[in-house]
Amino acid sequence: MPKVPGLVKGLGVTFGEMVKTLKDGPQTTLYPHEREVPTPRARGVISLHEENCTACMLCARECPDWCIFIEAHKYLAPPRREGGKPRQKNALDRFDIDFSLCMYCGICVEVCPFEALFWSPEHEYSEVHIADLLHDKSRLGQWMQTVPEFEAYEAGSEAKVKKVPRN
Amino acid sequence: MTLLLASFDPPYWLSTLIKVLVISAVVPTTALILGMVFLFKVMSWMQSRLGPQEAGPRGTLQLLADGVKFLQKEDIAPNGADLFIFKIAPLVVLMSTLLLYVALPASAHLVISDLDVGVFYVMAVSSLSVLGVLMAGWASANKYSLMGGLRAAGQLIAYELPMVLAVLGVVIQAGTLSLNGIVFAQADGSIFGWDAIGNPYILTQFVGFAIFLAAVQAELTQPPFDMPVAESEIVSGYQVEYTGFRFLIFFLAEFATAFVFAGVASILFLGGWAVPWLDTSSDWYYVLGPIVLFAKVMLVSFLIFWIRFTYPRFREDQLQSFAWKFLIPLALVNIVVTAVLKVVL
Repeated sequence: MPKVPGLVKGLGVTFGEMVKTLKDGPQTTLYPHEREVPTPRARGVISLHEENCTACMLCARECPDWCIFIEAHKYLAPPRREGGKPRQKNALDRFDIDFSLCMYCGICVEVCPFEALFWSPEHEYSEVHIADLLHDKSRLGQWMQTVPEFEAYEAGSEAKVKKVPRN
Repeated sequence: MTLLLASFDPPYWLSTLIKVLVISAVVPTTALILGMVFLFKVMSWMQSRLGPQEAGPRGTLQLLADGVKFLQKEDIAPNGADLFIFKIAPLVVLMSTLLLYVALPASAHLVISDLDVGVFYVMAVSSLSVLGVLMAGWASANKYSLMGGLRAAGQLIAYELPMVLAVLGVVIQAGTLSLNGIVFAQADGSIFGWDAIGNPYILTQFVGFAIFLAAVQAELTQPPFDMPVAESEIVSGYQVEYTGFRFLIFFLAEFATAFVFAGVASILFLGGWAVPWLDTSSDWYYVLGPIVLFAKVMLVSFLIFWIRFTYPRFREDQLQSFAWKFLIPLALVNIVVTAVLKVVL
């Protein structure tokens, strides 16, 4: 018998929730009809700023499920100063991310030393066939447009705010 | 219209055919209504969501779509299963549900068979489903199934008792075992001389009503009494090996039984198809009776499903001791008090 007040209170909670849902609407949204705006730092998709990539392979090696594929070749760029040695540079041939494998851990974004990878809140890129989830560098580059500007973690903070490179 | 219905007296073969058709139409419809209204909509609202939205207007046809999906699935039986028993087990459970509808009066004459011992019949037939459940659990050749079947048998037998004992209080007060007789007794009765609303037994037999609801909940193996079909430990118990339309039949039987038990509860405790300010011999009940009964059934079903959506699952020993140590003694005390008051007053 001492449990009765708790049992009645429990019934009250579910009934109150039902009344609230019918009066003020549910906590959920009807997705394809209504769209929620994801938070700016939501992990939707990984986008690539190709100009910053040096094909150093750090992201591909750190990726826990090996979903990043990088191929590059070396070429000689003209020297900076007159009479200098030609510089050796990496040209990116292929940068693919297989989003059917990606688990959105963000280690590649963390580990990139040249600020070439960014999180974007864009999330509507589902495909009918699983093989179509392998996206190449031009597609990853398009998503750079959806990367939001970084904001200071705290209002008035001294820390330098990271800048998103735009073309 | 009502006079036309009152004077309608078909020959035996036609009335039998009509009854069979009505039962086979009513049983799936009631299961659909309960599933749709409570399992999909009310449960969603209680969890702050809206439930299915796409199939039909505001998702009302979702359950129909799910049913059609089940019909398309392959009918699989496990290798070691006792095939004949395995295949007829769901039908035994459904048969128990169909037989329950036979005695349920929707008005004085709108009843498949107006039995003199209606209450006794309902209690007897409702316990038939235990056989089907045990058959399903045993014939599936699966340890989870067997465990679920045995748990279900133990639970259904344990809760059969408080249910019968709770109903006995009503029977003592009404002085009849006929379901229609109980409705008449409530419409014509009075509470200590006050007869403005007759005597709906929920007022004088409230303890019996509470015990009956708890026992119904357990008979339906619904949370908080869902040990036999506990998904998280024995993955749906005796239903685990069933696919396609055989699983659909289990589902149908569960919700149709919920409806018919809510119907029995509203007949025994809420005055059934009668409303207090209209005399029970009125011809209006040919139309009004089913509507009134349906409204009361929805009210009782709401109570049943509200409890289902609120409480977590009982442990097996808690479940048994709740029945044997609390409900049955309480029901016995209720019977004694009712009998003494009946004789004294």
